[in-house]
Parts: sequence; structure tokens; C-alpha cells
Amino acid sequence: MTGELAQYAVTGVMLGSIYALVALGFVTIYSVTGVINFAQGEFVMLGAMLATILVNDGTPLPLAALAAVAGAALAGALIHEIALRPAWRRVSVIGMIMITIGVSVAVRGLALLAWGSDPRPMPAFTPGPPIELLGAVVTRQALWVLATTAVALAALYVFFQTTALGRALRACAVNPTAARLVGISPRRMALASFVLSGAIGALGGVVLAPITFATYDMGLMLGLKGFVGAVLGGLANPPGAVAGALILGLLESAATPISSAYKDALAFLVLIVVMIARPGGLFGGSIGRGGL
Amino acid sequence: MECMRATLRAPTVLIAVGILVLGACGGQPVTASPTVAATATAKATATAMPVGEAYKIGAIFDITGPASSLGAPERDTVKMLQDQINAKGGITGPDGKLHKIELVIYDNQSQESQSVLVAKRLIEEDKVPVIIGPSQSGTTMAIIDTTQKAQIPLISAAASISIVTPVADRPWVFKTPQSDTLIMTNLLDYLKSKGVTKVGWISVNNAFGDSGRAQFEKLAPTYGITATTNERFGATDPDMTGQLTKIKGTDAQAVIVWAIPPGASVVTKNAADLGLKLPVYQSHGIGNQDFITLAGAAANGVTFPTSKLLVAASLPASDPQRTVLLDYTDQYQKLYGKLPTTFGGNAYDAFALAVKALEKAGPDPKGIQTALMGIKEFVGITGVFNLSATDHNGLDNRAVTMVTIADGKWVPAK
Repeated sequence: MTGELAQYAVTGVMLGSIYALVALGFVTIYSVTGVINFAQGEFVMLGAMLATILVNDGTPLPLAALAAVAGAALAGALIHEIALRPAWRRVSVIGMIMITIGVSVAVRGLALLAWGSDPRPMPAFTPGPPIELLGAVVTRQALWVLATTAVALAALYVFFQTTALGRALRACAVNPTAARLVGISPRRMALASFVLSGAIGALGGVVLAPITFATYDMGLMLGLKGFVGAVLGGLANPPGAVAGALILGLLESAATPISSAYKDALAFLVLIVVMIARPGGLFGGSIGRGGL
Repeated sequence: MECMRATLRAPTVLIAVGILVLGACGGQPVTASPTVAATATAKATATAMPVGEAYKIGAIFDITGPASSLGAPERDTVKMLQDQINAKGGITGPDGKLHKIELVIYDNQSQESQSVLVAKRLIEEDKVPVIIGPSQSGTTMAIIDTTQKAQIPLISAAASISIVTPVADRPWVFKTPQSDTLIMTNLLDYLKSKGVTKVGWISVNNAFGDSGRAQFEKLAPTYGITATTNERFGATDPDMTGQLTKIKGTDAQAVIVWAIPPGASVVTKNAADLGLKLPVYQSHGIGNQDFITLAGAAANGVTFPTSKLLVAASLPASDPQRTVLLDYTDQYQKLYGKLPTTFGGNAYDAFALAVKALEKAGPDPKGIQTALMGIKEFVGITGVFNLSATDHNGLDNRAVTMVTIADGKWVPAK
């Protein structure tokens, strides 16, 4: 029985880690721009798809992963420049959010045209039998997922705390007007936040691809789950969003033995309850932007 | 400020729902491209015959979305058949003229709502006298009401028995795949022969999975087989280890997975990773190369009931289907560079039945319905069809065989 509990916990943390990378993308863009980017899941798809195609073409994995992350970051920049930049000031925040939904549908459609509807398999990073832990089985790829999330978190923390760009992004999140006064361009920071979110999402896609295969429509559900995780923990609170995503993963996993048919319904029920009871999220001390 | 943020979040819930709805929009007609035909099924002797206008056949397949591994080969198959017939000039109608076949294919994106939209478009705008497809039980069930009301014959490529029963309520609906009942009976027979009495059940959370479960619950008791679990997973879920863990904790002697790829492949991989030592049995939903490609080495040892197409080369020469199956495999492989799937086979049969009915009745829905019910001993890909007023599937036990995956290849199960 402890083995079973451990297995549910492991599965939950693995799912939660993926959601966390998506949630972090939501938080980054939301903090800096106030926009919820519903195309976040498509970054995951782009990362998974590009990496899978490159690896299957014989590119070494590290190079393929790097190219996939760079490609999605570029996509983030393009999305911002083409779809969102012309709309700044002229459209409300809600309008901007709707634009991101349109972008999400468009990206999915383009991916379908470019790569077709067949799922594409990708070999595990380090093939081999799974590892046993407290009676639970952990696949090597799941460890890669966990490690990647942890490293990405640490790297983001260092980036936001110590680098000039990171500080500028935070300044922009805390007080856009004051940031402007000291010479930080909010528009340029908005672009930076899209690039960063693209890269984070793609990273999630790259490590996820060997587990679920890459399909053109994988981003939709992952994006929504990441959004739920982010809202759960606090949209403007990165550690909170990660915690929220992990809680969501664990909740889904815990719901499995009770009724695996309703675990998705549970995720969205949680979203509704949290939005009504605590609109700032479970850990969202500060309501509104300015977390980072 | 707090208040403002709260009002800002409420619409985001709506937006989250909206994104799901938006995903359903679109649906473009897929135009057929000309291809080289190898042989012809048309019995017309070309040239001197008078030429009539083309006969339309409407087709709806789950070409994109979670069921694309079904719908894409189905589209490819019917396009190939259309081109073969038209290369020979067409088919001879009841008016003695030669008619080309004009397929109007729509993609329902594996979604019920989209399925209804394109079915209405086929009936009202394209005015087709007969529709083939869709690929999934769910997407088929969604349009039965529409085709019934319009009195247009529908030949579905989906499995669930409830598509064609009760016949009295659905006189206009036919289907080509083996029924879940036929498939399940064969699987249970096989399990019994292996001495299995307790199985862990896991199925995909849609009409296909539910129908499989319902058949299992109905038929398993007579074989003395019980299920220790009733687990579900979403068609695009990334990980099913949780559900399998629950099965591992029971005294099941085998696992039954009722799903299609990629979900079925993910479960199979998860089971191998989890070190689940139980034999894995699946449904006819995994009868395509995708399943093996995606599941990799974990696919080896998986046994499932399916049609003879996958093991055509090992059939005895006396089997009436052998030639048809080998021809289809050969032609499909030449044209598309990969092996055909059982799903493509389902579409093959639906198309062939529609053509047979058109030859007899012309583009008249009522006539096509009557002609379909009169088709006897038609040797198709899935099986030998004997349709009647009371049986709109027309397959018997000859249409199912047990297949095992060994070294990434299909072989007859022992």
C-alpha cells in the first residue's frame, strides 16, 4: 500500500512539474504585461515537435533541445511583434487575451499543416529500466522532467535576481511607470517576457516528448492545466504558481484511484472554486501584477 | 484594486472555456489529388459506353485530432479507391451509363460538434445520396440523428454496436467494422483458453472505451471472467501510471486496454516501465503501425482481436479474403509507402458497399438503402458481409482473428 501511495505521489509530482513549466510561462508574461497568454501551451508543443523532428533526423539530443528552445523563443518574439505589439494601447487587456487565444488556434493550425496529425515518437534521453524508489517506479525520463524543472526554477531565480535584464523585468512588473522613468521600455520588456516564456514552455515540451509523443494538438490541454496551476498558486507569484502546479498534479493523481474518469473535471472544478474563494491564488499575498 | 482584479479574473474562466470551443472551429473540405491507379474494381468495359454525371459519395473522417491515426488512413484509402475507379472511366449505373465517383471528404477533427456540422453540409449543400464514416463511435453517434432525419444512408467506419442497433430505430445506418460484441467474444474465448479469470480493466474515456466496457460487463460473466478494476484515462493524457498502479495492486492475471493510439501506446509503455508483469490484451483499436511505432519495444507481447488484414500473408490460400487483403496491402503500400491499417480497411468496405449500392440504385438514397440491405457474401477487407433488413453490419465470426505483436510485427496468436 505504501508502494502504491508512493507511486501516486511520484506520478503526481511528474505531472505537476510539467504543469509548473507551463505555469511559469503564464506568470512571466502576466507579471510583466498583465496579459494572460493562452498560447502558452503551444510553446510546449513547438518545443516537443521541433526537438522530436530534429532528433529523428539524426541531430544529437542536446543540439536538438537547444534548437527547439531557441525556435520556440523566436516564436514567442514573433507572436509578440506580429500579433500583440500593434494592439498595445488600442485594445483592453481582455482584448489582448483574446488575441492570444486566436494565436493559439493559428499556431495549432499551422503545426497541423506543417507536420501533419500523426503523433511522433522520441527516444528517452537515457534509455534503461526504471528506478525503484520507496516501492514506487520512477522512469528515467520522469527524473529528467523533475531535474529540468528544478534547474529551470533555479536559473530563473538567479536571472531575475542578479542580471540587469531580470531586474528590469521585475521593475516593469512592480511599477511600469517608475520603470519607464528610469529608462526601461515596458514594450521591450514585454517582448523579453514572451521570449522567455517561449523558452520555458519549449523546455517542458522537450523533456515531455519521450513520455507522451509529440502531436500538433498536445498544447491545448497542457496550456489549460498550466493555467489552472498558475491561478491556483497565484498568477503573479512564481513560487506560488509552481506550488499550485504541483498541487494540481498531485490532486489529479490522488483522484485517479477514486475515479480516473473525472480527474480532468476535478482540475477545472478546483479552478472555479479557487477563483471564487481566493481570486489571488492560494499563496497570492499580493493581488495584481508585481510578483516576479 | 483588489476588486478590479477580481472582475478581471472572472472572464478568464469564460475564456478558458472559450478556447475549447474555438478549437472546434474550422473544417475544410479535403480535395482529392489525382493518383496512379493500379487495378480497377469497376466492371465497366469503358470506351463505347455513354457517360452520365458523376455519382457523389460524402465522407466524414476523423482526419485530425486525437483519432487521426484512424481517420488519416481512411481518407487515403478511399481516395485511392476513387482514383482506381475513375481511371477505368467509372461505374455502370442502373441507367446503363458510365458514372465517375466524386468523393466529398470532410474532416471532423475528431469532434462530435464538428461531425454534425459537416454532416449537415454534406446533406444540405453537397446533396450527397450516401455518406461514409465517421471514424469513431462518438463522432458517428453524434450525426445519426441528422442522417436519420434527412433519410440519407450512413455507412459508418466505427465499431460500437449501438450505431446499428436497434435497427428499427436506425434503418438508415450501416457500419463496416466488427461489432464490439464479436470482438469481445473472441477476446474472452481466447482469455478463457489461457485460463484467465481475473483481469484489470483500463479504457479510454470516450464512447469507444465505454462501449467496450459495456460489452465486457455483458459478456464476461458467461466466460467466468471478472474485472478487478474499471479505470479510465483521457485520450491525450500524458501518463497513466496511476491507473496501472491500481491494477498492479489487485489480483488481476492480465490487463485489458480498450483504447486507440496514442493513448493506447502510452498505457502500454507505462505498463512496461512500471514493471507490470501481466500479459496485456487490447482491442481492435490498435490495428495500425502507429501503435507499434509509438509504444516501441513495449508493444511486443500485446495480443488483440482484429481483422485478418494484419496477418493476410499467413492466411491459407483457401481463405476467400486472402486475395482481396493482399491486393489492398500491395496497392496501399505502393501508393503511400506504408502498410494499410484495419481502419483503412473499414473505410475500404464502406466505400465498396456504397459503390455496389450506387451501381444498383443510382444516386437515390432510398434505393441505396434497399440495395445495401440486399448485399450478400461480399468479400471485403474486414470480413465477408451479409447485410439484411435486420443486420446492418453483416459480419460473422470469420471477421475476427487473434493477433500478437512479436519483434514489432503482427503474427497470428497461438
